[in-house]
Amino acid sequence: MNAATVGALPVVLGQSSLVVADRWTLIRWALWLLIGFFGVFPGIVAYMVWAERKVAARFQDRIGPNRVGPLGLLQPIADAIKLLTKESIVPRSADQFVHLLAPVLILISAFLVLAVIPFGVGLAPVNLPSGMIYLVAVSSLSPLGIFLAGWSSRNKYSLLGAMRSVAQLVSYEIPQVLSTIPVVLWAGSLSLVTIFERQLEEGWFILSPPGLLAFLLLLISSLAEVNRAPFDLPEAESEIIAGYHTEYSGMRFGLFFLAEYMSVFGVSCLGTVLFLGGGSIFPFAPFSEFPMSIHGTRPFSYVLVNAIMLSVFLAKVLGFIFVMFWVRATLPRMRVDRLMNFAWKYMVPLSIVNVMLAAVWYELVLRPGLPFVQGTPLPDGLVNWSIGWLVTGPLTLFVVWFVVWFNRRVRSSAEEVPTVTHGPRVPAAAGAR
Amino acid sequence: MVQTNYLFILALIFAAAAFALAPLVVVFLVAPRKRSAAKYDTYECGVKTYGETWVRFRIQYYIYGLMFVLFDVETVFLYPWAVSYGGLGAFALIEMAVFLAILFAGLAYAWAKGVLRWV
Repeated sequence: MNAATVGALPVVLGQSSLVVADRWTLIRWALWLLIGFFGVFPGIVAYMVWAERKVAARFQDRIGPNRVGPLGLLQPIADAIKLLTKESIVPRSADQFVHLLAPVLILISAFLVLAVIPFGVGLAPVNLPSGMIYLVAVSSLSPLGIFLAGWSSRNKYSLLGAMRSVAQLVSYEIPQVLSTIPVVLWAGSLSLVTIFERQLEEGWFILSPPGLLAFLLLLISSLAEVNRAPFDLPEAESEIIAGYHTEYSGMRFGLFFLAEYMSVFGVSCLGTVLFLGGGSIFPFAPFSEFPMSIHGTRPFSYVLVNAIMLSVFLAKVLGFIFVMFWVRATLPRMRVDRLMNFAWKYMVPLSIVNVMLAAVWYELVLRPGLPFVQGTPLPDGLVNWSIGWLVTGPLTLFVVWFVVWFNRRVRSSAEEVPTVTHGPRVPAAAGAR
Repeated sequence: MVQTNYLFILALIFAAAAFALAPLVVVFLVAPRKRSAAKYDTYECGVKTYGETWVRFRIQYYIYGLMFVLFDVETVFLYPWAVSYGGLGAFALIEMAVFLAILFAGLAYAWAKGVLRWV
């Protein structure tokens, strides 16, 4: 494993007087790379696959993997060994270099998302001041990788899958990004560490009507962003074999698989940090600080606080992931025109209006003051809070109802019969306005 | 300190690439290699692939791409506004309402023109 050499890279750069990073920072980074990114995260991802198979089996009244080890717990290891001993087959006509580059690029994107997540107090790999913009940037690497995979394979199914995938990913990226803006607005910062700390002081951001709507929008668009059911059209096996990774087999396919589950883990961590208060246990203001409030000066208290926080964080992430498994086991795959309509006609308008609602919530509640501001009670806070709910709550419901109603009306008046024509070469629809 | 944080990101890019390539090296060393002409053919339902693979696609994909660029740039404007909103006061709310209304008009126009219809 060349993990050690890569872990030592910052040290080499640090000594060459190009940058000044002190010894402890470099040691911390090396630990993050070796323990976190090469150890714990891939381990979690491997057991997510096992958990998904178990959960999906239970939903279908089966037992799931139970042969390899107790409860099938050694199944991920057996799968990894199988993938490693498979012959590596690349089609003759494929673009060899790009074919190799594509899964690497997607995996890089999945890794980079995890670099700014605060897993606990002082437990973020790095605290970038522009964290959210960084996330937008690195998460748009993965459509690129997917397109390269489909294009380089020189296979029609791959290309179809890639085109679908890119259209879907860019469409759902808009509501995904827009649904994070309320959080940025309330926290007043793009740094995920600050966003997390604000929720320790003020309670979880999901606990307001715009916050709830933003959370739901983020959940749905994240499902689409990681290509999971019911948005898994890019790999719809009944239509286009396996979509963009049709020509990938063995370990190269394994990389796609790993990257997909890694990004599921990534978006779950993101949702947890942005809306569910990271590692804090209680959602409301004076108690939401709980594991932090027993933080003393001794190292032991730091360890204790972070042990609580990490386990709570992991529990929330697992809950998030379980919802994704649940959705997959429940809903059928969407039709492609409905998929795009849902992004542009429902989610984009909703998320744009939600930005305004979030600003209204800020004016009504956060600016006058919450019931508890940094642990001290504010007499008017409860009044502000109630007014905020009474105003934005019905407003949010109305906006959701209006968007749904408007779409229904437009659709029935246009008598739009979706002419889904398969195949790439299609003449322009007759009668298109 | 702020700039050096990005050094970790750089290291992480290389680390992730190494993490992806390491198993492929293992595969290169341990996996069997049995060459046969049919194995390296393009996969297509058991028959030979016919015609050019890199076919032309509908303009629809391009239009969605344009829409994406439009709205993604918009979010770049929204982030700084959201960060500094606390210090700007209620006037910023009205300003952003105007900005979003213009943007919304664009979306409504595209919608009415049938751009958002997947044909």
